[in-house]
Amino acid sequence: MTPAGSLLVAEALHKSFGQTHALDGVDFSIHPGEVVAVMGPSGSGKSTLLHCLAGIVLPDSGTVRYGDHEVTGMNDAQRSALRRADFGFVFQFGQLVPELTCLENVALPLRLNGVKRKEAQRHAREWLERLEVEDTGGKRPGEVSGGQGQRVAVARALAARPRVIFADEPTGALDSLNGERVMTLLTDAARDTNAAVVLVTHEARVAAYSDREIVVRDGKVKDMLAGLR
Amino acid sequence: MSIGHTLLGLLESGPRHGYDLKRAFDEHFGHDRPLHYGQVYSTMSRLLKNGLVEVDGVEAGAGPERKRYAITDAGVTDVAQWLARPEKPEPYLQSTLYTKVVLALLTERDAAELLDTQRTEHLRLMRGLTERKRKGDLADQLICDHALFHLEADLRWLELTAARLDKLAAVIGR
Repeated sequence: MTPAGSLLVAEALHKSFGQTHALDGVDFSIHPGEVVAVMGPSGSGKSTLLHCLAGIVLPDSGTVRYGDHEVTGMNDAQRSALRRADFGFVFQFGQLVPELTCLENVALPLRLNGVKRKEAQRHAREWLERLEVEDTGGKRPGEVSGGQGQRVAVARALAARPRVIFADEPTGALDSLNGERVMTLLTDAARDTNAAVVLVTHEARVAAYSDREIVVRDGKVKDMLAGLR
Repeated sequence: MSIGHTLLGLLESGPRHGYDLKRAFDEHFGHDRPLHYGQVYSTMSRLLKNGLVEVDGVEAGAGPERKRYAITDAGVTDVAQWLARPEKPEPYLQSTLYTKVVLALLTERDAAELLDTQRTEHLRLMRGLTERKRKGDLADQLICDHALFHLEADLRWLELTAARLDKLAAVIGR
């Protein structure tokens, strides 16, 4: 896919861990409102690609551009600020803060961005409703089911209206029914807000919620749509 | 499975007699169901008629098994097109896909590419079913789920085969 009009573009990414070439010359781009599945076998470099795109780790060489920003040219503090303001994250295990209630968890990214407590909690409540887990608001993550916890995590990822959502095996710990509901809610919400979703998954049924897929194998990427042109 | 394409693919490595073709077919693909001689000769006469093979020589003696067949340029193109064209995703597709993968390896074509193309075709269908599920009622959802789980099983097989291509190439190259 051509980078024209793209929100996030990576070019010629290389990243090694010791002797292992996790990324070996990877290009990637995603448009606003687009859901791209990143597929490939375990250890192929999928998660490393996601971490580089999100500015969590820096590549050894190559560039990542987000809008007008060159993510790979930013320092740690700048990248953290960008992630907080513009990116949302959903991982296999919700990674909710166990000491906070589910409502406080969802409000957290808004609070970190300077939104006042009442306003943040009002927004958070709306997102919990949208994800059909409004009754978890007063409970701590340890008191809710895995499926509910993951929906809370999706609500948290979406609450600050991110422009890019990074989801790494978001349904990996869920049964089929819960996984399906989480994917429907996540992709519906992302499309409504015109957010791009980078969806790392090895499950074909999860990838089927995407608009297109890329395949990572041995640190190299194949864009299946481009391959068909 | 397309026996015609499979026999054509086996001819790519060089001309063979009918009995030699049957032996090669049985060795690679006929574990459960060896090919009958009659099938070989009826298939070869169809391929001859269509200009995809030609008779390369005839040994002295009677009987069709004395003919030696060679693949034509049109035949090579036909095999290439068959290998490159993804199969319509449907349950129990594995035997055709397995044949295509083995033939791609035997003829030194890109078997990984073939699997990637098939994955895209499967996902295209799975996206359509997923969209139908989103908009449909419970009956729609259950019908689509059945198809989706079968397609997912195919895809798991594709991934596993992709991971084992080097091994498979070594085994059939023996």
